[in-house]
Amino acid sequence: MNQVSLMGTISKLTKLVTVLFLLLLLFVMLFPFLIVIINSIKTPAEYAANGPMALPHEIYFGSIIAFWQRVSFHEKLWNSLVISLSVAVFAVLISMLNAFALGIGKVKGRYFFLIFFIIANTLPHESLVYPLYYLTKGIGLYDTKTAVIIIFTAIQAAFGTFLLTNVFHSFPTSLVEAALVDGASKPKILFSIVAPISAPSLSVLFTFFFIWTWNEFFLPLILLISNSNQTVPIAISLTQGQHNMDVTTASASALLGMLPCLIFFIFFQRTLSRGITAGSIK
Amino acid sequence: MPTKDINRGYYYFLIPGLILFLLIIGIPFLMNIGISLTKWNGIGKMEWVGLSNYKAVLTDKIFWASFRNNVAMIFSVVVVPTLGGLMLAVLLFDYVSVKISHSLTSVLRAGYYLPQILPVAIAGVVWGWILNPNYGALNWLLDNGGLSQFTHNWLGEKATALPSVMMIMIWFQLGYPLVIFMSAMQRVDPQILEAALIDGANWFQRFKIIMVLIFPEISVVVLTTTIHALKIFAQIFVLTRGGPGHATLVPSYFAYQNFFEKAKVGYGSAISTVMTTLILLLTLVFIRIQFKQEKESGV
Repeated sequence: MNQVSLMGTISKLTKLVTVLFLLLLLFVMLFPFLIVIINSIKTPAEYAANGPMALPHEIYFGSIIAFWQRVSFHEKLWNSLVISLSVAVFAVLISMLNAFALGIGKVKGRYFFLIFFIIANTLPHESLVYPLYYLTKGIGLYDTKTAVIIIFTAIQAAFGTFLLTNVFHSFPTSLVEAALVDGASKPKILFSIVAPISAPSLSVLFTFFFIWTWNEFFLPLILLISNSNQTVPIAISLTQGQHNMDVTTASASALLGMLPCLIFFIFFQRTLSRGITAGSIK
Repeated sequence: MPTKDINRGYYYFLIPGLILFLLIIGIPFLMNIGISLTKWNGIGKMEWVGLSNYKAVLTDKIFWASFRNNVAMIFSVVVVPTLGGLMLAVLLFDYVSVKISHSLTSVLRAGYYLPQILPVAIAGVVWGWILNPNYGALNWLLDNGGLSQFTHNWLGEKATALPSVMMIMIWFQLGYPLVIFMSAMQRVDPQILEAALIDGANWFQRFKIIMVLIFPEISVVVLTTTIHALKIFAQIFVLTRGGPGHATLVPSYFAYQNFFEKAKVGYGSAISTVMTTLILLLTLVFIRIQFKQEKESGV
């Protein structure tokens, strides 16, 4: 065999090995998703007969429906939706107001404010939780969606301020100056010039706030104790470990927790891939 | 129009935000520090005890056990995913995408990232089911694959609980650095790598060049995931509640126990203040890097 064809064989072999390794890793990463999906749509009898790896012979929604009814999943979806949407809207609004002052107004002490906002966002929630628990009880907001919405609006907006200030910083000042000369008020400049032009960044922020709030666990766990106020992750994790759960129901509970996120992922894939890195590097 | 006039009148826009931050973050944060200097059960009278909660934290074996587990979390949330993500990113970007298939690269990247879309609590639920000793899929597979001697009560035994949690963390976290590093490499001018290739650089030398070029992203990923690792709570709550014994206890869960199970609020506040101090130090490093990059990019 001559040198060239030997090299060719080696490089083909390397390719094959690499691809096999990467596909094996892909299988490991997707395994939990696959196994949850196939077992939540099979009958308990089929599970008992063929085990977790067998594909279902017929699609059976019984376990999903049973678990749905048991946790009143529609109610939890609604709670998560109301909380996440409200937080996304309010937090984008507050971020915009802050970033307008810091990024476009370039007010004095803006670095101080920015540092303050970054710190506010990275603080562990453990250092806020007891006072928040105590204060919300004191003013009658404990165990309400309102309290959770207000709290996460502040936490998310702290991050949003930081990110949007960077975006607004490079906003063409000539546009703002021209509008000022024409006598436009500052709120008008913000809402009819800056906001529309920055719409792509705002939509990335909105999506992130929505998903982050949806995924939150620690504060909602403590602040939303009554069953009818719980969000999807809280309700599903609290039913874990209840002894009367059979295999397919346990699997169905995991599927119902995953499903909304899979749907968001498909829905927002473009926004997400544009924005995943926005959080770390502008 | 002089600059002075242009920059006037923007402070008002900060008012709603600042009031909100003061009420939700500023005041509670200071209250928490205040509480940490007291002995308090959450209902009765507060008793001023000065720094004695801190002294107790620093000599508390359980706290140090939780801290040690935090180091394990850093290993599985920061070290392994960053190194693995880096190698995978280079492999996908520089080899698979170029020499095999661009669409395979996209599929792999999306697939590796998928765990990241789950709420951490739900990731815990999924794995809690797979690892369940009675009806979990993993033990079933081992039993039916003739490997019954390897079955465990994965999350319930001291020896396997922490390693199991660590594996789950790696699974969950791998996609994040991968996606960030791949997008960072897209920012890199391909001519630099081509020039290196022409100069006869081997694969390892090219890898080193890429590392240098995406160093800002690497440092940010390391810092943000370290902060994240120090805050881990939901996975522990769902999977093990810190047990068996203190095998998987983390400071965050330890603080929670003191707040809401043991009614030792002052002590819980001291634990969370120690955590916060660590995280603040890391945040300040993060801020330095961010502002340095801003200056370098000329903003």
